[in-house]
Amino acid sequence: MDLHHDAVIYMDNNATTRIAPEVLEAMMPYLADYYGNPSSMHTFGGQVGQAIARARGQVASLLGAEPEEITFTSCGTESDSTAILSALQTFPEKRHVVTTRVEHPAIKNLCENLDRLTGHKHRVTRLKVAADGTLDLDEYAEALTEDTAIVSVMWANNETGVIFPIEKMARMARERGILFHTDAVQAVGKVPINLKELDIDFLSLSGHKLHAPKGVGVLYVRRGTMFVPFLTGGHQEKGRRGGTENVASIVALGRACDLAAEKMADENTRVKAMRDRLEEGLLAAVPKSMLNGHKTDRLPNTSNISFEFVEGEAILLHMNRYNICASSGSACTSGSLEPSHVLRAMGVPFTAAHGSIRFSLSTYNTEAEVDLVLEKMPGIIESLRQMSPFWKGN
Amino acid sequence: MWEYTDLVKEHFLNPRNVGEVENASGTGDVGSLACGDALKLTIKVDENGVITDAKFKTFGCASAIASSSALTEMVKGMTLDEAAKITNEDIADFLGGLPKEKMHCSVMGREALEAAIADYRGMALPMAEGEIVCECFGVTDLDIIRAINESNLRSVEEITNFTKAGGGCGKCEDRLREILQQTVSGSTLEWIKPMEKPKKMTTLQKIKKIEEVLEREIRPGLRKDGGDIELLDVDGDFVSVSLRGACKSCSKSQTTIKEYVEKKLRELVLDTLIVEEN
Repeated sequence: MDLHHDAVIYMDNNATTRIAPEVLEAMMPYLADYYGNPSSMHTFGGQVGQAIARARGQVASLLGAEPEEITFTSCGTESDSTAILSALQTFPEKRHVVTTRVEHPAIKNLCENLDRLTGHKHRVTRLKVAADGTLDLDEYAEALTEDTAIVSVMWANNETGVIFPIEKMARMARERGILFHTDAVQAVGKVPINLKELDIDFLSLSGHKLHAPKGVGVLYVRRGTMFVPFLTGGHQEKGRRGGTENVASIVALGRACDLAAEKMADENTRVKAMRDRLEEGLLAAVPKSMLNGHKTDRLPNTSNISFEFVEGEAILLHMNRYNICASSGSACTSGSLEPSHVLRAMGVPFTAAHGSIRFSLSTYNTEAEVDLVLEKMPGIIESLRQMSPFWKGN
Repeated sequence: MWEYTDLVKEHFLNPRNVGEVENASGTGDVGSLACGDALKLTIKVDENGVITDAKFKTFGCASAIASSSALTEMVKGMTLDEAAKITNEDIADFLGGLPKEKMHCSVMGREALEAAIADYRGMALPMAEGEIVCECFGVTDLDIIRAINESNLRSVEEITNFTKAGGGCGKCEDRLREILQQTVSGSTLEWIKPMEKPKKMTTLQKIKKIEEVLEREIRPGLRKDGGDIELLDVDGDFVSVSLRGACKSCSKSQTTIKEYVEKKLRELVLDTLIVEEN
C-alpha cells in the first residue's frame, strides 16, 4: 500500500467513506479484548450483548425509530434483498413490484432476478425519471395495483444525489395497503429522517457510507410488519437474521450514527457550500460542461458534472495523478460496457454520459482541496479535448 | 480498478503522435460517441508505399488512447502491406498487454488502420458487408467471426471482451453462441452460462423439435428416392414413425430408421431418443 489517506483529496464519499477516528476508537476494544460471542452464557461473551443493545439504540435514535425495529445486517445490499424477498413471501399471491429506473444495482439486479429467486413469475414496473432525475407522482399513482406486493424507491440517488419525495410516496402506498421500502443508503446522515412520522415499512442503511466500517448495515422493519428472514440460521437478531453478530462493526455503526446526528448541520451548510463552490467553479471554467440532476432537490454533498467530448476513465486517471478521487458514469468505468443506467434514464446525451464525473464530499474535505480541484480540472479536460476527434475547439 | 502495464500508463499519460496529418493520404474513422470509443487515424504515404507519418485523435479510455498511440508508433516506417498485417494482438503486445475487458480497444486500433489503408487505396472495407448481430454496438457477424479466428476466442464472454458484442442489452447472446459454435465446430468449447438448471424437454417440445428435424433434414433425402416418413407418436424417449411410399416396401428401411433418422434425432433433439417403425 503506497497511497495513504493523508495524501489524497478524497471526493468519492458516495462510493465509500473514511471510518471516523472516534468510530475506530469505539470499535477497537471489541476487536482486541472483548471478542466474546454475545450469545454465550458466560459474562465474557454476554457482556458484549450490552454493547450491541447500545448501538441499536443509537441507530434507532438517528432514524427516529424504536430499537426493536432495527436489525443489523452485513450491508445495504443484504438489507435490500431481505426487505423485498420478505414482502414477496409475505404476500405470495401478489406478483407486482414497483420501483424506479435509477435504483442502485442492489435493487435493480434483484428486481431483474425475482423469478429465479422466488420460483414465480413477477411483473416489475420501473418508474421513469425526467431529464433532471425526478419522478412523476401521477405515473407512480397509476402504477400501484392490487397485485403490488411492495414498492421500492431509493431515498436519494447515489450518482446524482437527487432526492425523491419519499414521504408522499410512502403515504400513497400506505393508503392502498402496499408495503413501502426505501434504500436510504445515501441519504442517512445527510438528511434528517424521522421514521416515526413516516409511512415507511422497510428502510436500508449501509455502514460504510456513514463513516463506519464496511461489512455492516441495517434493515429497519416497522413494528407490526410481517417479516420473513433472508439469512436463516441461529437466533441472532431475534431470529430475523442468522449469523454471529459483527460486534465491532455494529458498535462502530452505533457510534457513527451519533456522530452523524452531530454533524448533520455541518453537512448541510459548510459541506454544501463547498460542493456549490466546486460545482459553480467547474461549470464556469470549463466550456460545454453541464450539471446532471436537479439543482436543489438533492443531497448536499453530491455533484455530477458532464464534460462533453471526453471520456470518464481518462478524466479520472488524470485526476488520479494529482491524487484526486472521484467516480464516473462512463461505460469504461461501469464494469459493463454501457454507461450509467441512471444517466441514460435521465436522457443525458451520449456526448455527455461518457464524460460524467461524480464528486461526493464529506465533512472531512477542506476549502484548500476544493481550490486544488478547481485549479487542475480545466487543464485536464482541455488536454483530453485536444486529443478528441469530436472537439472542434471553442 | 484496471491493472494497467507501465507501458499502457506511459502511452496514456504521454501519448505519441496526437493530432491530424495535414493533407493526409488516408483517413480511418471508427467508433462513435454513442459507443464510448472513437478513433480518427490519419496517415501519410510516400511514393514507395511507405507510411511516413501517422497521427491520431481518440475519444476513449486509457486503453483506447494508449492503443492509438502505440498503433501510430508501430506503423511509422512500415510499408502499407506490412501495416496491413498488424493484428489487434500486436497492438496489445506492444503495450505489454491489456486487461481482457479492454481488448476491444486494440481491435478498434486495427479497424482504424484498415479503414485508413482502404481509404488510401480507394477501396471499400470487406467488413461493411456483414450482417449486424449486436445492435447496441453495431457489431456484424463478420467482425465476430474474425475476432474468434484471429484471437482464438472460445466463449461468449471473450467475444464481448474483444468486440463488445453482447455487452449491452444481451439479446444477441444466443446468436453469439451460435456463431461461436459454427466457427469453432470440432474444438472443445467453454460454455459459460449463468446458473441454469438443465432443461427437461416436455413431450410437446419433443414433438415440435422432431417434426422440425424430420422436415429439414430427413424428408428431403427420402423424397428424392420416392419415399417419405411420418411422425406417429412420442412417448417418453420412444419416437414412433411410419415410413411411406417407396420406403415402405424397401428392404433397407430398418437400416434407414436406425442409422439415419435415429442418429439425426439424437444429434439434434435429444440424445436418448429411440426410433421405432409402426
